[in-house]
Amino acid sequence: MTAPLLQVVGLSKHYALKGGRSLRAVDGVDLSLHAGESLGLVGESGCGKSTVARLVLRLIPPSAGAIRFDGRDIAPLKEDALRPLRRDMQIVFQNPHSALNPRRTVFASVAEPLVVQGIADAASTQARVTDLLREVGLPESFLWRFPHELSGGQKQRVCIARALALAPKLLVLDEPTSALDVSVQAQILDFLQDLRGRLGLAYLFISHNLAVVRQVCDRVAVMYLGRIVEEGPVEAMFRAPRHPYTRALIASVLPPRPSGLPEAPLAGDVPNAADIPAGCRFAPRCPLRMDRCSRDDPALAGSDAHRVACWAA
Amino acid sequence: MNALLEIGGYRLAFDGFEGRAHVLDGIDLTVEEGETVGIVGETGCGKSVLARSVARLVEMPPGRVLGGGIRFAGQDVFAMDQRALARLRGHGVAMIFQDPMTYLNPVFSIGAQMVDVIRAHDRAEGKARRSRAAARAAAAELLGAVRLPDPGRLLDRYPHELSGGMRQRVLIAMALTGTPRLLVADEPTTALDVTIQAQVLRLIAELVAARGLTLMLISHDLGVIGALCRRVVVMYAGTIVEDATAETLFGAPRHPYTRGLLAAVPDLARPGHRALAIPGHIPNLLDPPPGCRFHPRCPLAIARCAVEKPLLREVDGRRVACHRAEEVAA
Repeated sequence: MTAPLLQVVGLSKHYALKGGRSLRAVDGVDLSLHAGESLGLVGESGCGKSTVARLVLRLIPPSAGAIRFDGRDIAPLKEDALRPLRRDMQIVFQNPHSALNPRRTVFASVAEPLVVQGIADAASTQARVTDLLREVGLPESFLWRFPHELSGGQKQRVCIARALALAPKLLVLDEPTSALDVSVQAQILDFLQDLRGRLGLAYLFISHNLAVVRQVCDRVAVMYLGRIVEEGPVEAMFRAPRHPYTRALIASVLPPRPSGLPEAPLAGDVPNAADIPAGCRFAPRCPLRMDRCSRDDPALAGSDAHRVACWAA
Repeated sequence: MNALLEIGGYRLAFDGFEGRAHVLDGIDLTVEEGETVGIVGETGCGKSVLARSVARLVEMPPGRVLGGGIRFAGQDVFAMDQRALARLRGHGVAMIFQDPMTYLNPVFSIGAQMVDVIRAHDRAEGKARRSRAAARAAAAELLGAVRLPDPGRLLDRYPHELSGGMRQRVLIAMALTGTPRLLVADEPTTALDVTIQAQVLRLIAELVAARGLTLMLISHDLGVIGALCRRVVVMYAGTIVEDATAETLFGAPRHPYTRGLLAAVPDLARPGHRALAIPGHIPNLLDPPPGCRFHPRCPLAIARCAVEKPLLREVDGRRVACHRAEEVAA
């Protein structure tokens, strides 16, 4: 097997708090992503999934750990050394309404990465931007429009065109359809699938919506309080989830039909990342808790394909 | 059966700089006491503004009623004086909203806010206002009723000290203070995580059953609607397009928009099923399409659809607004 495009080992991001305490937003994450593959990163708010995205792109520096991108550890690199690498890794944010400058045309927004990287010249840029718009299914007439003239789905397509401008290898999609209506979400998901096939992109797809992840991802990693608790191929994860938290997440999904009430699968709230429980961090809410769980912190273990961090699994 | 809520020919517009937006275009909806009705639709369909209209919470102006009206328990909501309105809000209709933090005052404790609400309801109902101590005891009881642990201590805490799920429970407790008959819940779990959503939906269902409330649940999420509601109303661009029992609506939808909406939702239980998009996008309500507002996106549109607005009519045991409803296979 070829080396992964992205390999993250022991990645952590801690924020210092008053009184010598720290908030452990990401706390020892390992993951890998091959070229052309789509990895879903799921979990509830505050689990650290968006922080992982920002670390992987080196938008923020990690507290510890290695981020090997294309064979090179980018964790210790400074801003100057990172700039050429940014061509290969781009991000699409959740809310396209705030990710576009309202005073700039579609052309100006999509051309910006080319300008920043110094590869824009007046003659070729317009042709390149027109190509990019075509790539995302928008007509040339959109070049001179402003964001307020576009629908939410069209804005998200513009954001994707901008992310594609530098022909990246890795696209981080941070809840790319959560701000969109379902009828538009389906368009964007279809289009993202098609795009990955055609351009051989790797996706790190962050979402809280398991049904969406099942549709667009090859593998899924489930995060809880800064840690990956289970990771594996999408089919195995949804057919036979092994971590009690993964099971609870799946059980919480409400199907689009008369279903009766879901049993609330978990009691209580997610603990504060500044005060992570000892032992397994999921233990206080876990239906399968044993004595050992509140003492020993389980590591992600199992076959390479399907790994789980649980003493009871 | 008694009609608790009667909305007839209700047309609402907003006047703005760019013109007049026709946000509700002739809404006819009757809700019987004890029903659980879900109102589902996408951005801009008018579901939230309809919900707010029920408690007359739409600012006028810029809002303007162009026709029709709303009656709650037989009384014309728009004809109510301030006293009657104060009684309607809370005692007749109680509301909970999407973002609980917005509806709690960050500088007052939970107890202080609940005591104020309880005493205000006493006055609105024409009773003697309870003492602060008595109101505080009632507040603690309500917090217990929404299953919040240690209500006595919770009363002294501030909104920022609570999680999103706890805040929504506090607002549900406040909604119960006036012993309402109709609970209007506008996207009550949209801001919450899925495991917390399940807890809050369960609580709402239990309170509705135990207190005999009528529920009007507004959501964009067909899963939430399917979990809580026996009857489902689908809205599109300010109109009701279909109104049926949950079984009928999910099982045999007749309106092309309902069918499109159901096909667009990714379904965890059917992994082979690929979510299908509805082409196009929602219309601009400043200048809505003539005839059926869905016709520019409709796979079944014919010439008639662009000129004649389809009326909501009985077809095959449900109400549907489509000229071709009979042809849509069940």
